[in-house]
Amino acid sequence: MEIGLNHYLVLSTILFAIGLVGVMRRKNLLLLFFATEILLNAVNVAFAAISHYYGDLTGQMFAFFVIAIAASEVAVGLGLLIVWYKRHGSIDLDALTTMKG
Amino acid sequence: MFEAVAFYLFAFLTIAMFFIVVTTSQALFALSALAAGMIFISAFFFILGADFLGAVQIIVYTGAVMALYAFGMMFFDTTRDVKEKQGNKYIIVGLSTLAAVLVVVIFAMPMVSGNIVALYPGIDGVGNTQEIGLVLFTKYLIPFELAAIMLLVAMVAGIVLAGKKMDLSITLMNEAEIEEEKNKKVLS
Repeated sequence: MEIGLNHYLVLSTILFAIGLVGVMRRKNLLLLFFATEILLNAVNVAFAAISHYYGDLTGQMFAFFVIAIAASEVAVGLGLLIVWYKRHGSIDLDALTTMKG
Repeated sequence: MFEAVAFYLFAFLTIAMFFIVVTTSQALFALSALAAGMIFISAFFFILGADFLGAVQIIVYTGAVMALYAFGMMFFDTTRDVKEKQGNKYIIVGLSTLAAVLVVVIFAMPMVSGNIVALYPGIDGVGNTQEIGLVLFTKYLIPFELAAIMLLVAMVAGIVLAGKKMDLSITLMNEAEIEEEKNKKVLS
């Protein structure tokens, strides 16, 4: 049984779907961040698989840049989250609606 | 054969871990499961021959990002159960699957049309890490430097946001104000 590119793409789809379910059903901002990490990882798997099966290094390069962006996103996002928690004592998404739109 | 066993084993483990992340009501369980899932993801990179990417995945994601989350969680009240949005489950799952399939179709389009060409093919006789270095520091040098600047900006932003008394600037204050600030008791 040979593992082909389609196997990896299907796995990537499943992981991406799990991440999207997390984004849609979570109310806690910290767990929303976790779900976005899952999304980024799912795309990284697809990039690495395509890079391997087409003998091209571009996919791995993009995976590196995705990792770099994820790291900086976490640093800034967590800082903002800490500031918000100190002010309001809650990181629920529903508590963020100050404009009552 | 060995590759197939490894693929299915790690696929099952990764999906199980990420499923725990999005379903559990305990933030600490979610954190641990996410860290485990990140390590299992790196197994795919090793299977695919992207050794350096796998090592970076373990070091950056599991070492740096998860540690940062663990430190950040000390600021929050994570012991109580996490409240969930009350929505229609079927709509959520259906929309997610649809969006994920769309992403894969976007990925697969160049392959279906058959006009995909290896832009930077692998170099014979050198390891994966050396290939990465050769391509990264010739063809992708400017994106690499931009990523470095972005990481620096993110580091400064993280320090300013999370640090104490970052709204004060000693260079803009005179001596008396600095003395007064020193004598104040540190609150919080």
